[in-house]
Amino acid sequence: MALSKVWVYAEADGDKVKTITLEMLAKARELGDTVEAVFGGDGDAVAATLGAHGASKVLATGDLDDKLHGPAVSGAMAEAIKAGNAPDLILFGTTYDGRDVAARLSVKVDKPVLSNNTDVALEGDSIVASTPVFGGTQIVRTKLTAGTPNIVLVRPKSFAAEESGGGAAAVEQLSVPDLGATGAAKVVGRHVEEATGPKLDEAEVVVSGGRGLGEASKYEMVETLAKLLKGAPGASRAIVDAGWVPYSHQVGQTGKVVKPNVYIALGISGATQHMVGMKGSKNIIAVNKDAEAPIFSISDLGIVGDVHKVVPKLIEALQAKG
Amino acid sequence: MNIAVCVKQIPDPAEPGALNPDNTLKRDGKLILDESDSYGVEMALQLVDKAGGGEVTLVSMAPNSEVSGLRTALAMGAAKAILVSDDGLKGAGALDTAKVLAAAIKRTEFDLVLTATESSDGYTGTVPEQIAELLELPSVTFAKHIDVADGTVKVQRQTEAGYDEVESPLPAVVSVTAGVVEPRYPSFKGIMAAKSKPVDEVKLADLGIDPNMVGWAGAGQEIVAVDKAEERQAGEIVEDDGEAFQKIVAFLENLKVI
Repeated sequence: MALSKVWVYAEADGDKVKTITLEMLAKARELGDTVEAVFGGDGDAVAATLGAHGASKVLATGDLDDKLHGPAVSGAMAEAIKAGNAPDLILFGTTYDGRDVAARLSVKVDKPVLSNNTDVALEGDSIVASTPVFGGTQIVRTKLTAGTPNIVLVRPKSFAAEESGGGAAAVEQLSVPDLGATGAAKVVGRHVEEATGPKLDEAEVVVSGGRGLGEASKYEMVETLAKLLKGAPGASRAIVDAGWVPYSHQVGQTGKVVKPNVYIALGISGATQHMVGMKGSKNIIAVNKDAEAPIFSISDLGIVGDVHKVVPKLIEALQAKG
Repeated sequence: MNIAVCVKQIPDPAEPGALNPDNTLKRDGKLILDESDSYGVEMALQLVDKAGGGEVTLVSMAPNSEVSGLRTALAMGAAKAILVSDDGLKGAGALDTAKVLAAAIKRTEFDLVLTATESSDGYTGTVPEQIAELLELPSVTFAKHIDVADGTVKVQRQTEAGYDEVESPLPAVVSVTAGVVEPRYPSFKGIMAAKSKPVDEVKLADLGIDPNMVGWAGAGQEIVAVDKAEERQAGEIVEDDGEAFQKIVAFLENLKVI
């Protein structure tokens, strides 16, 4: 048995569809007979990619200009649903905009939304979503019982993206209704921060620093090591909260989920909050002076030692190798 | 300027979490102020100071009339609190929580509502935007910088690539990321003063919310199972003798990373 229709909230950087969208399309194909993408932007720019991953249609709002996606896309979705176009299930990625749209939509259609899921399944007639809790040591499975549309937020890297061999998706206009006061917030400027090297959630190697670094200036070691390994620098919540590095560096429950080939944790004790975001890494190396640190329980190689002594030597050795 | 700040009182994250027999999170011990919320409280205090007047009102939902976390935020300088505590809220989901908080916020005068981006225990991350929709207000999530001037809130909103500058007329709802400001430690004077600050405790009925529409009765979801996740095994653990970095080099060479 399959659902008759699944929507996937699609996101893109320019005309490059985000990986999380492609991951969800693969899952949606497994669950539904018909898969459609909903896109807050120009549908023609993404129709080929979305189609190749199994979307038969892309319902697109057209360029949103200075509007925020939260109210605009949820408003457009709610109108379509009211008009009788309701899907059985809508999948959103756990992203900045994905959460906004899902949350606003849940109020508009008065249905619950389940967050942070790593799996979605159809059991009988019901949608059951899986959420890791307590640092990913346990999985809570929750059944939605409020009827359609079922709304589920999915964590990135939960599914493997896979092409379906389909042709370009048909583009259909999705109109944004008058948003009233909810649409009053406007984007007046966009700033792209210069980033060298791979993105945190796409890097093959991630080097993260935590409180054990001692002070903000020592984060430079993390960046240097990441650069030497052609990887991305990450951080624990503790040092993001302390203002040492921006939120965009945060790995964990409240930050990014990463699954690199190699994850190197420097001065990170391994709070459950952090582990849930990185325990899916293929290989984990940890350096921490506390032999009891929980991070060692999931590390393939654990060095009980002072990051200020181990890391500079490691950097020197890697530099010497060229 | 008056600011309502949503704060959550959570089990101490330093303690291992546990589930009740009904698989909800155990919250019957002492609860503390979610550290994520201390940033919103601090930001609100600073914005009210800068505006030259007004007050900060805390809005919270918690079991067993819990006020420990609220007292911490009152000690930081918030003027008063509204607490919704009702047995009918057992099993409440994110949407229920947003409905309760939105109704409670309406009991106070506000120009701005501040929240964290998500709580540290439930971490659904949908409540701020749901509150905005319920109050029919504009919102900006993931603020890493906030300024208010002439009835407009200007926010730097975190994005994947950097940040967007977003402007919204007041009233509005803004969720702040951790690290946006440095939360103050309550002073002794603040702690003493907090003891006598008003906490208005209300029930669902006071908010005009039907108990059958929220909590287990109305959440629209049920937990079917809690399973153990696949465990990762610990590998080699070595004590640094000054040469342990060689182990890392060899490990990386073996993986052909270098």
